[in-house]
Parts: sequence; structure tokens; C-alpha cells
Amino acid sequence: MKDAFALYSPKVMDHCRNPRNVGALENPDGVGHVGNPVCGDVMELYIKVDDNIITDVKFKTFGCGAAIATSSMATEMVKGKSVEEALAISNKAVAEALDGLPAIKLHCSVLAEEAIKSAIEDYQNKVKKN
Amino acid sequence: MKHIYFDYAATTPTHPEVVKAMLPYFDEIYGNPSSIHTYGLEARGAMEEARSKVANLINAGSESIYFCSGGTEADNFALKCIAFANEAKGNHIITSSIEHHAVMETCKYLTKKGFKITYLSVDKFGMVDPADVQKSITDKTILISVMHANNEVGTIQPIAEIGKIAKKAGIYFHTDAVQTTGHIPVDVKELGVDLLSMSSHKLYGPKGVGAIYIKKGIKITPFIHGGEQEGRKRAGTENVPGIVGFGKAAELAKEEMASETQRLLPLRDKLISGLPGKIDHSHLNGHPSQRLPNNVNISFEFVEGESMLLNLDFEGICASTGSACSSASLEPSHVLLSMGLNHEQAHGSLRFSLGRLTTEEDIDKVLEVFPPIVAGLRAMSPLVRI
Repeated sequence: MKDAFALYSPKVMDHCRNPRNVGALENPDGVGHVGNPVCGDVMELYIKVDDNIITDVKFKTFGCGAAIATSSMATEMVKGKSVEEALAISNKAVAEALDGLPAIKLHCSVLAEEAIKSAIEDYQNKVKKN
Repeated sequence: MKHIYFDYAATTPTHPEVVKAMLPYFDEIYGNPSSIHTYGLEARGAMEEARSKVANLINAGSESIYFCSGGTEADNFALKCIAFANEAKGNHIITSSIEHHAVMETCKYLTKKGFKITYLSVDKFGMVDPADVQKSITDKTILISVMHANNEVGTIQPIAEIGKIAKKAGIYFHTDAVQTTGHIPVDVKELGVDLLSMSSHKLYGPKGVGAIYIKKGIKITPFIHGGEQEGRKRAGTENVPGIVGFGKAAELAKEEMASETQRLLPLRDKLISGLPGKIDHSHLNGHPSQRLPNNVNISFEFVEGESMLLNLDFEGICASTGSACSSASLEPSHVLLSMGLNHEQAHGSLRFSLGRLTTEEDIDKVLEVFPPIVAGLRAMSPLVRI
């Protein structure tokens, strides 16, 4: 039988089935919270930052397969990157790293980009306060 | 991997006997039913036999059955053709807020054409109150359209009661019986309906064919203009193999309905009690007893429908969701929202619809593999606050 979810690339399906870096971090340096349950997508991204480098990252997502896959991919993309490099990650880059998303699912990659930016913003605000 | 199909409300596999009945009408008896020669007459004979089988299934006369392309067309046919034929009498139509898109979108279109639509609300079980129908009637009301059973949550509506109200008020009454025909008894006289929509592929017939029952004597505007087919109401050379298949499916449905219902009910109820029994924060959508024998619809809080479907598919199980995530709009099911569910609960709904090939082992498989899927997704969900 042909794959019932042929609209998703094998890479999306892989991240759906085996999402990377699921969970929350204890004492994170930054937390991003985007989306809302009304639209059916909520993402939370937790980051640990040492010497301006994102050393650890976890996520929690309520949403469709594409929302889970983009969150998972976003965590892989930011891990080991500097804060500036992570801020430069676009929704397009997330979608491309997953070998593309169906047009109606592109908003999920936008949410992933926003989650990264929101977590870093939270980190930067904390740094400023200290 | 063996796939287990739990999406019979979306479509059914064509019954092997139906396929067998259809085959000669592709390349042996391929005449046009309008032709006056042996091939044409044979095709016409088969078509009329099918018409009487479909009529028999709903206790109607053959002359009231008009074949068309399916349930969506039948709904369009009923609403537009009654509306346009009665414009001089009035411009008000009463329907419910849980109708299929085939009725909903047609109503939207009719609004643009100057008709006024009242959308009746439903209770938490998805049930229309006949008293609301009565209250909504005005001197401009020309049509009432309420579905026989809802396709998402399986709630069976009080059609016979609404039929009495419509008859007393002298207003045409249409019901979309796509989910019920061939599954539970449908009797146009008992229900008191003037028009009724049916679809072949929901009752183990082929896709692309359906029918509308129009009570004898009702004047309507033709739906498709052209030749003289289907009493000049729906022109175009008939889909003879499809119609023959529909007829065979209707015949089999009538024979097997009672025993199939008795077989399905315990299976349905095992799932209805089993899933919430194993998964907390889950609840049944739709009416507990006034319910189609093959419908299970449950909301699982904190998780989203499409991700549940994907994970079920990894296990070889095919189901359906009221979440918006597989559609272009971000709005979840209008049916679940009308019943008072919030967006999150509606996004977390799953429908399992059972059918001829469903076995108790299939039910047990769902009860075995699904709870860990929900647990896994909840572990990932930011909506779970522990």
C-alpha cells in the first residue's frame, strides 16, 4: 500500500515518527512559546546558552505532523550554533531542511522560526536584566 | 503490514458481488439507455431494475428516484432546485449548524442569491430540537433541510418529528441520508420527507453515483439541462455500470442491514467504553444511544488529531479526524464547535467508523496500540501541565 501521508517528505515522516530533543530543560536560559490551541499549533522551545553558543535545546509541541517535524528539525538546526547564527535561521531554511512542506503546512515552519526567535529573545532579556 | 480500515464513513470498499454485477455493463451491455435498440433497451432494463432496488431500500416508488453523481450532487439538487422553483413563495430556508459541507456551502451560495438561511443550533450531543424548527418557521419558509445522521459524530436526528412539523406547515422537507441509507432503516413515509439524498459508495456500492428521492408531484427546477434523461430533471447519459452497482449494493444492504447492525453494535460499544477506559481526559462526541451503529468519535485532550492519525497509520490503522490540520483552513470541525467543544478539544477528535470487514481483533488492536500513542503525544504536548 502506498504511503497514506504521501504529502509529507520521508524526512518529515522520520521527524514525526522519531522526534529529536523532545521535552523541557531544567533551568533553561531561554524559553520560546508561540502559537495557540485555537489554530491547532502550540510550540515551546527551551534553550541552554554557554558563551553565546546554544549548547542544549528541547521542545514540546501540540500540533499536526508538520508542526512536530518542524519543531524537531528546528532543535537540530540551532544546537551548537551561536545566538546570531540561530537568529538567522529562516522558516524557509527549516522547510528546506525537511525536503519541503505542503503549501498548507508552511505556517508550521513559520511557527518554528518564531519559536527560535522567541526563545532567544527571552534569553537576551534575561541577560540584559542581569 | 496488514492495514486496518476504520474510515467506512468516508467511503466503503465496493462489495465483490457489486463489482461482479457491474462488469457486464462496461463492455457487453454497453448501450445507451436512451437508444431504441436491443443494446439500449437492455441497459435501460438494468437501470430500471436498479432504480426499483434503490426505491425499495427507502420504501419509495421507483418513479421518485432520480440518479445522479452522488451525495453532494443530491444535496445541491435538493436545495437549489426547491429554492429556485419556489422563489415566488418565499426565500427562507431552515437547516442545522451541523450539516455536511454539501448542504452548508449550497446554503452559502443561496444566501448570495437572496435567500435567508436559519442555522439551527444543536445540543451537546449534536441533536437538533424539533421545537426550534417549529419556532424558526416564517411565512417565507419554503424548505427545511436537516440531515438524518451526522457524518462526523453519528448522532441520529429526530427526522420523523421534524417531518410532521414540516407537513403541518406545508413546507418542503429534505434530509441528507447519505450516512444512514443502507445502514439503518430509512423509510421516506415514516420519516415524512419530501426529498432525500443518497450516496452509493457509503453502502458498498461504487463511487460517482447517488440518487435523490423527490416525492411524486413536487415541482422542481431541473438541475442539469440537456436531454430527456431522469424525467428531464437531470440530463446526461446515465452512468449505467455505476447505477447497476448502486442497485446491487442497495439490494444487499437491505438483506444484511439487521444482522450487520447486530454484529457492529457490540464492536462499536467496545471501542466507546474501551478507549476512555484506558485513556484519561477523553470523552465521547455525539449521542450515546441515538447513534449510528458504526460510528465512534472521541476527543483526546492535549493532543492534536493529525498527529494521532499519523501515528495510527504507522501502526497500520486508518481513521479520521475533525482537526483542521489536514485542510486548508485552520478551523476545526464546525460540527464539534457547534456542539460546544472548544478548539483544542475539536482539534483532538478522532473518528473510527466501522464496517463489513471490521472484526473484534481490529478493535482489540486499536485498544492495544492507541493508548501508548496518546501517552507519547501527551509527553510532547505543552498543553499538559503537571
